[in-house]
Amino acid sequence: MTAEFPNVTQHAGEIEPGHSLWQDAWHRLRQNKLAVIGAVFVALLAIACFLTPVIAPGSYAKTNLALGAKAPSRAHLLGTDVLGRDLLARVLYGGCISLSVGLAGTFVSVVIGVLYGAISGYFGGRLDVILMRIVDIIYSLPFVVFVILVLVVFGQHIILLFMALGAVSWLDMARIIRAQVMALKKQEFIEAAVALGLRKRRIILRHLIPNVLGIVTIYATLIVPSVMLLEAFLSFLGLGVQAPMSSWGTLILDGSKNMEEYPWLLIFPGLCFSLTLFSLNFVGDGLRDALDVRASKD
Amino acid sequence: MLRFILKRFLEAIPVLFIVATLTFFLLHQMKGGPFDTERPMPPEVKKAIYAYYGLDKPVWRQYLNYMERLVLHGDLGMDQKYFGWSVNELLASSLPVSLELGLEGLFFALIFGTIAGVVASLRKNTFGDYIPMSIATFGICIPSFVTGPLLILVFALGLGWFNASGWFFPRDRVLPAMTLGLYYMAYISRLARGGMLEILNQDFIRTARAKGASEWRIVRKHSLRGGLLPVVTFLGPAVSGIVTGSLVVETIFQIPGAARFFVNAASNRDGPMLMGTTLVYAVLVIVMNLAADVMAVWMNPRLRFE
Amino acid sequence: MPLLEVSNLRTSFYTRYGVVRAVNDVSFSLEKGDTLGIVGESGSGKSVTCYSLMRLIPQPPGKIEGGSAVFDGVDLLSASPAQLRQIRGKRISMIFQDPMTSLNPYMRISEQIIEPLLIHEKISRADAVQRAITMLQEVGVPDAANRVHSYPHEFSGGMRQRVMIALALITRPELLIADEPTTALDVTVQAQILDLVKKMQRELGMAVIWITHDLGVVAGFCHRVQVMYGGRVMERAGTDELFAHTAHPYTRALQKSIPALQTKGASLYTIPGMPPDLSRKIEGCPFVPRCEFVQDQCSQPVELKDIGSNHKTACLRVQKKEIHLNHE
Repeated sequence: MTAEFPNVTQHAGEIEPGHSLWQDAWHRLRQNKLAVIGAVFVALLAIACFLTPVIAPGSYAKTNLALGAKAPSRAHLLGTDVLGRDLLARVLYGGCISLSVGLAGTFVSVVIGVLYGAISGYFGGRLDVILMRIVDIIYSLPFVVFVILVLVVFGQHIILLFMALGAVSWLDMARIIRAQVMALKKQEFIEAAVALGLRKRRIILRHLIPNVLGIVTIYATLIVPSVMLLEAFLSFLGLGVQAPMSSWGTLILDGSKNMEEYPWLLIFPGLCFSLTLFSLNFVGDGLRDALDVRASKD
Repeated sequence: MLRFILKRFLEAIPVLFIVATLTFFLLHQMKGGPFDTERPMPPEVKKAIYAYYGLDKPVWRQYLNYMERLVLHGDLGMDQKYFGWSVNELLASSLPVSLELGLEGLFFALIFGTIAGVVASLRKNTFGDYIPMSIATFGICIPSFVTGPLLILVFALGLGWFNASGWFFPRDRVLPAMTLGLYYMAYISRLARGGMLEILNQDFIRTARAKGASEWRIVRKHSLRGGLLPVVTFLGPAVSGIVTGSLVVETIFQIPGAARFFVNAASNRDGPMLMGTTLVYAVLVIVMNLAADVMAVWMNPRLRFE
Repeated sequence: MPLLEVSNLRTSFYTRYGVVRAVNDVSFSLEKGDTLGIVGESGSGKSVTCYSLMRLIPQPPGKIEGGSAVFDGVDLLSASPAQLRQIRGKRISMIFQDPMTSLNPYMRISEQIIEPLLIHEKISRADAVQRAITMLQEVGVPDAANRVHSYPHEFSGGMRQRVMIALALITRPELLIADEPTTALDVTVQAQILDLVKKMQRELGMAVIWITHDLGVVAGFCHRVQVMYGGRVMERAGTDELFAHTAHPYTRALQKSIPALQTKGASLYTIPGMPPDLSRKIEGCPFVPRCEFVQDQCSQPVELKDIGSNHKTACLRVQKKEIHLNHE
């Protein structure tokens, strides 16, 4: 609203210490309770998940056919599945796989996205137009279909899985990076570097990329849950993580098959997965709100 | 406007062509198929089967045959899993089911999402805002393969209001459509709220008030058209997402749609079916994206003159 | 009885930085057919005053803290929303500074011009469009019958402002409030718009409040001028009287800032200092930090006092006849 808003200026002589963009952002992030809770939750969960294979290896696979599926009890905090395996161990181990695939896929996606966006934004012109049109087209296609095709053709090895997932998740990152690079390109320190005669490649690597690191962190935090979601999606269809490994997706699949008699088999993995997605999304949103100066209204 | 449609149409053709070619050669790399059985197959039988499907010819010959049949006759070939059935026949029976499901999910998402978002924007920072937006956050974060089984657990197995699976009665549509549309309903409600808030902050809303317009008039005549623009822009990706989502929903609810064929074809390594459904999906998504873009241009007069 | 009587209006904004007292005890009145120019810098409270009396301030963060604005017997500040809506657009109309953002880019011009008619009169759509076309012709839009169905972005800045004037005056209101309508326009177009409003005022016999930061604009147009600063009224008088017998240092400073009124070759004058920070409570006269005549007594609370010839000032020293500010 362009209603006349009186100048709220400092009186001369009173100079307040300046706040850097990062300090402001950190302060705002800390105030965002949901983001903080989310971050703590994910951190604790990640620690638990990654420690499990170390502390209690194989606990997720220990079957006890005589026991069968049992509801939660003192001995098995989350109950057991049809083969008598402890669900808590399976959930933690599944988390380990899910988080790992999520992080690895995000890494792939970040690398592709940053390079693609930086090149497109820096060189501009026709190259930029073509590259961005390609992004638009890919964006509109149902890429999961293609991931499935790739997995079907080349086998379902877990490395291929996270690479394929990363290869379809870089689109937003590329767009954001491109916008950032285009803005930075106009700023003076880039002109200074050009005046010093630095080669274009050096400019991109040494000057532009460090500056976009902040943005990358934010959007990477938002890519992790979407990659995890894709992995679980594929695993639920039986096309993702293969036995003997299991992720939250496969656990949810198993749970849904037996949910009428043993609802806890669906509820606990589902709950865990959803809470993790929640938390990561809150943290990502919080980071984005904290650093996006424009979004300071309401 | 017409030029815009024509331009997009012409753009779509090479895209489809590239998609078809890439998919074809990709699938050609696939090892194994529905023919692999436990016992080794006698070589004459194998040779006969391969000849039947044209797999004995060199790759480029197979490709040309396929494209020729596709472009001239719309023929997607013979399915490998279900002997004697053509892909066209299988899709003809299953595609309408998927389309119905997709449309129902989309309408669910659009109608409830838009209403929730608009109402939330008008009651900003009150419970009328917090409640729909919290539900929206849930909808975005909980995946469809969790909500689907949960809905079945509660409403079908628990309360008995619906069947747990199948596609026979009208009420069989409810849970699958909800499961499919929930994420998009949540996303759309956020977009609608954001779009409306942006419009309501504009100067021309102040002008409308200065004319003595009522709040209802301001919402209906002045805000909706601009405020819902983000929703229309999202329709393209939404349709794409619904196609994807149907893979899971049709599996959970045992719905005899095209997505189920696709998932099964993936497990069975049924090349022609994979190829056929991929192409159908690509066409569908491109057409819907075009429709969404046309709608966006129609709604925003400024875009028309670019 | 005056057409509009504003008494002790106070409006504040509650922001992250504190409470900003944008309008601080402002009173004035307006007779039928009168033209009042309200002059001041950005932040003087001139626009917020008029938005307040139309209740167009967003509340939150704004809040009308007190006062009254009586229009033909109805206090606009305490009227019900329904009463207010009947007056807005029909008896009091407003035109705004930036016609591009003040017109709805998604609606045709015809829709926007006929809207006040559809809201306030029982009239068919076809008749309303006819009146819109007539109105457009009156405000000088060429080829009105065809262009009426265009969108705002198809018009130039000056034309858009004419469209705004058309939609404001189509209901023949009794009072027009114009918030800096020429600031965003070219100088040549400014003069045209000014002439247009003058002409419409003569034809409709309406009162006009013209808000501007440009003292030169009011000189040729307004009967009376009110100078505002820091959310308060500093001086009010008939236009000729104001220029001949200036009664406030701020007004004098404004006059000195008009290049056209100075001797050729003299260096341009700017008022030293910055506008006040309205989130802090100001004791005494808000112009103190920038006034060349300031004394200790100026920190006392100020009041608008009559000094004869229908001339009011808030300057203590002028009231006490300690200083004379006539233009050399």
